Amino acid sequence: MMTIFGVPTQALFGQLLLGLINGSFYAILSLGLAIIFGLLNIINFAHGALYMMGAFVAWMLLTYFGLGYWWALGLAPLVVGVFGIILERVLIARLYKLDHLYGLLLTFGLALIIQGLFRNQYGVSGLPYAIPAELSGGQRLPFMFLPNYRAWVVVASLAVCIATWLVIEKTKLGAYLRAATENPTLVQAFGVNVPLFLTLTYGFGVALAGFAGVLAAPIYSVNPNMGADIIIVVFAVVVIGGMGSILGSVITGFALGLVEGLTKVFYPEASSTVIFVIMVLVLLVKPAGLFGRTA
Amino acid sequence: MADTAAIDSAPIAAALPESRDDKALQRKIFLGLAVLLVVAPLVLYPVYLMKVLCFALFALAFNLLLGYGGLLSFGHAAYFGMASYLAAYSAKVWGLTPEVAILLGTVTAAVLGLVFGALAIRRQGIYFSMITLALAQMAFFFALQAKFTGGEDGIQAVPRGNLFGVVSLADDRAMYALVATVFFLGMLAIYRIIHSPFGQVLKAIRDNENRAVSLGYRVNQYKLAVFVLSATLAGLAGATKAIVFQLASLTDVHWSMSGEVVLMTLVGGMGTVFGPIVGALVIVTMETYLAQFGAWVTVIQGCVFVLCVLLFREGVVGLIARKIRKPL
Repeated sequence: MMTIFGVPTQALFGQLLLGLINGSFYAILSLGLAIIFGLLNIINFAHGALYMMGAFVAWMLLTYFGLGYWWALGLAPLVVGVFGIILERVLIARLYKLDHLYGLLLTFGLALIIQGLFRNQYGVSGLPYAIPAELSGGQRLPFMFLPNYRAWVVVASLAVCIATWLVIEKTKLGAYLRAATENPTLVQAFGVNVPLFLTLTYGFGVALAGFAGVLAAPIYSVNPNMGADIIIVVFAVVVIGGMGSILGSVITGFALGLVEGLTKVFYPEASSTVIFVIMVLVLLVKPAGLFGRTA
Repeated sequence: MADTAAIDSAPIAAALPESRDDKALQRKIFLGLAVLLVVAPLVLYPVYLMKVLCFALFALAFNLLLGYGGLLSFGHAAYFGMASYLAAYSAKVWGLTPEVAILLGTVTAAVLGLVFGALAIRRQGIYFSMITLALAQMAFFFALQAKFTGGEDGIQAVPRGNLFGVVSLADDRAMYALVATVFFLGMLAIYRIIHSPFGQVLKAIRDNENRAVSLGYRVNQYKLAVFVLSATLAGLAGATKAIVFQLASLTDVHWSMSGEVVLMTLVGGMGTVFGPIVGALVIVTMETYLAQFGAWVTVIQGCVFVLCVLLFREGVVGLIARKIRKPL
């Protein structure tokens, strides 16, 4: 068996792949957080809960309606997005004129409610969700076994991140969005319906979280706590990357996933804290974050 | 990032100027609280009261940072929890007397607060909250993996021991007397800090950081100082709690504990002297009565959060203060 630094290549690449997958989720989630924060000036604490909700919607579609994975991949983000739009219209929109911290507190409360409701209904043990038949099995590469589904998760997340980046950077819609991020009052004066924009942006941001939830469902069991565990790590990712750049948050997400995977191979005890340690180092060296602009 | 959005209302209701009259009223309330502390155990269950007092001190410490420093820490469970671990461990394994164990826990929280605070104040606003949360999560994983914390079991059956090696705290009344004393002194200390020149500068920084900088104040030193003070007092609350309930567990360092103390302060009234006490009383009582509903407690807590943020940002004491037009 081949080894690198005394570690079998199979284990090394296996963990790296797992890291890349975690990184995909970090990337999609921090991307959504960054877009929402950019325009709404609100840190969406409910992002993790909505990611969990995406996974549950996929499970429910299968269990109650017999709709499989591919349906869920389209429908679950839609459901989560519409749910987000309702949240934004009914609750969050009332806070725009207040200090940022109220947005954080409100969405924290929402996260507690959503998680609590799912925990009451489905317990904490987690529900299984099968890998779709088209993506079961895997490829035998010279250095490792690559499960098809995992490869798909990485490709799909990358595609979604790049598509989002293209929309924001290259389309007229994205230009409006960037303009409204810079100066909402001025954009509104030009006749753009900024409140509608805020609502749709929030809906889109949380739909991304729902999409990540569906991708995650077959890998991790569908569990009411899955969102709470990941959101704090994603916050650290956001602090490391800074929310000023879309590509920045995507790259940071993937890179930190890889680092976490590597840590699992060489020093497993630290794997749950390594991202926080990196955050500390970044704060010491470059407080504004790797891609952040100094305020 | 657009930081240009107009902020109509500061996070904390603008402080009303305090007259001598107002100070007299506050002094009366302190006196009333002292009497209540003496009388309450005759009527109510002392263990319940001790829980309320520990959390009230925790919330007061948190409010010192949020209400007067304008800094929203989402990781105060780290100081509360790590202090509680150190106090429990030193009392159980090293056999220290309770006052030394509590002191050791408090010092631990102060050191942790110094390190975490120095890191967190490097960023402002929403990032500050995220950093404190992430650092606290690091402390949580440390507590989960370290040997001395007992992992999932926590440190159980901590002896209450003899205060100064003389007075046995096994009796709930003796324990209550200690907790009530610690609480009252902690509260007085916080009141003193708020009304000192240091406290005035803090409020100036909270209301307008740039102006405070331009007036020549070293803003970061003030922020760090109040962060350490807040962490220390939160640690005092956590260490005392560990001795009272003879238990230190992962619950104390979990992020939901950080959320709980935010909720207590919000319900009672951010930036009020007495609000956190009322908030702690409300939330602890609510949890005691709702414990039978299991996970619904989380849902109800979430609803209280949402309702408070949308409709009741002043909190109970903030509302009363506005009605009687006196700062409380």
